[in-house]
Amino acid sequence: MIEKILVLEVVLPLLAAPVCVLVRHPRFCRLFSLGVIAACFAIAVALLVEVRGGGVISYQLGGWPPPLGIEYRVSTINAYLLALVTAMALVVFSFDSRGGPPRVPEQRRHLYYAVFLLCISGLLGIAITGDAFNIFVFLEISSLSSYILVSLGGHRRAVMSAFYYLVMGTIGGVFFMLGVGLLYQATGTLNLRDIAARLEPSLDDRGTVLALALLVVGISIKLAVFPLHHWLPNAYSFAPPKVSAFLAATATKVSFYLLAMVLFTIFGAPFVFEELRLQAVLLPLSILAMFLASGAAIFQTDLRRLLAYSSVAQIGYMTLGLSTANATGLAGGLVHLFNHAVMKGGLFLVVACLLYRVGSVHIDALAGIGRRMPLTSAALVIGGLSLIGVPGTVGFVSKWYLVSGVLERGWTAAAVLILLSSLLALVYVGKVVEVLYFRKPAETQPVDHVREAPLGMLAPAWVLAVAAVFFGLTTDWTYGVAREAAELLLAGGI
Amino acid sequence: MNLPEALVSSVGWGLWAYWLIIALMMVGLYIVIARDNLIKKVMGLNIFQAAAILFYVTMAKVEGGTAPIVPAGADHAGGHGGHEIVYSNPLPHVLMLTAIVVGVATTALALALAVRIHGDYGTSEEDEAVVYDMEHG
Repeated sequence: MIEKILVLEVVLPLLAAPVCVLVRHPRFCRLFSLGVIAACFAIAVALLVEVRGGGVISYQLGGWPPPLGIEYRVSTINAYLLALVTAMALVVFSFDSRGGPPRVPEQRRHLYYAVFLLCISGLLGIAITGDAFNIFVFLEISSLSSYILVSLGGHRRAVMSAFYYLVMGTIGGVFFMLGVGLLYQATGTLNLRDIAARLEPSLDDRGTVLALALLVVGISIKLAVFPLHHWLPNAYSFAPPKVSAFLAATATKVSFYLLAMVLFTIFGAPFVFEELRLQAVLLPLSILAMFLASGAAIFQTDLRRLLAYSSVAQIGYMTLGLSTANATGLAGGLVHLFNHAVMKGGLFLVVACLLYRVGSVHIDALAGIGRRMPLTSAALVIGGLSLIGVPGTVGFVSKWYLVSGVLERGWTAAAVLILLSSLLALVYVGKVVEVLYFRKPAETQPVDHVREAPLGMLAPAWVLAVAAVFFGLTTDWTYGVAREAAELLLAGGI
Repeated sequence: MNLPEALVSSVGWGLWAYWLIIALMMVGLYIVIARDNLIKKVMGLNIFQAAAILFYVTMAKVEGGTAPIVPAGADHAGGHGGHEIVYSNPLPHVLMLTAIVVGVATTALALALAVRIHGDYGTSEEDEAVVYDMEHG
């Protein structure tokens, strides 16, 4: 039974998108999309429950058995990602529609929902499929729709950012496609498990090394790994805030899964981390991301831009977990995937609330807002504390396991650097909190008229804020699943 | 193998198709990086994608192979009239049909964005748009 409904995870949002285009009724489309996403979330949770403890569910599209046919294959790590993407989509979609894209009039909102659904189905497709070229197709479906979503931000620079994102994203996509081509050339198959079984990577085989290089660079562009992150701050700060919340919480996370899958499942940890020693590149870049991006975040005057730079830094933590190549560190990276989605999604939703009531998220415009919008500001403080990694929040859980993993590897200096970089987060979060609560509003910008955000906006933001604390205290679900996924990856499985 | 030898063997004529593809890719990438005009950037991106598509098509070629269409009267082993038929690999071609569709969608979207940018900025030149942003915030 469960393997029959597995395919619906991708098919439902994919079919719902044209339905939205045809029906053209904004309210119907909104509720319909919400229903579809809720169904996807329910399926994802059912899948996760089913595969916990090492189970695998496989679905053969069109009845063609793998490796010839395309296989949808779900193990712990895929189900973890599916649940994350659908959960975040559900929260973001339930956010009040008044926080939607400012440039799209109400009578054309149905197109916005359709693109959003396409983006979701692309991301879910990447997570669920067991076929290398199928991944490329879903990657481009999700990327193309996220370029559109980014371009809908109110400011003229949103369109420019979307164009820049498109150029970078396409280059990344073509690199990925070339890498898949080289793997196909080496193995004669596109099924991921079949590639992994047939591929015998060695440093003398230039084709394989080139394939690895192309795949890693291509995915790193989409993931915004430090020197390739240039598209991200612009895209996230000019996109509609709901879109930023969704993309920050899911798009880069799915790319992270893809990178981990390529490194551990296809090429295998022994080749990548012992023969090739990829960590010699990945570790310094991760640490640079943590420091330079956090440093850049300190100097931002726009809250969205500050959060975007902080995202680049957080991606650094995830890739740091990847480069340890041990179960604790990798699980730390994978659990940070969820934890960062919760906190950054929540923070961007808070930004959406502030934008709706204050009209600007420039740091000067936020002076004194803490008293006018106490609940919104409190959610921001919780998210901020989590970014720093204060005990009791999800950020602490991630950093705890990351530091343990790094120490297990014997990299004491890296562990110290993780802790030092948290101080930078303290500075940029502290800056925002200081402005919100302690700075007097400027004479030219009275805030007396500002009221608390409506419930339809506050509730989703608070759901994520509460989750940031809840999963900071109970780690059985998040770390338990991440640990299982990490062990699976290290064993070369998916 | 020392370095000159490795160079000579890798520039061997047997790999000329790859060198063409690499050259085409770099031409595309160079246009994307060096040109300020957004339309030219899109064209560069197209050339870049076309190179990747050609790479797949090259890969499908089997020496002496014919179009992968089984002739009427072929036996189960794929032989015909007593001798075996060699076919080119059809799979990469099929994959590239999808990749071409992706490329068309990307181009259409990029051009649509360029139209919007021209409407908002009054220019299709990236450097002029950057100046406009600095002046208008």
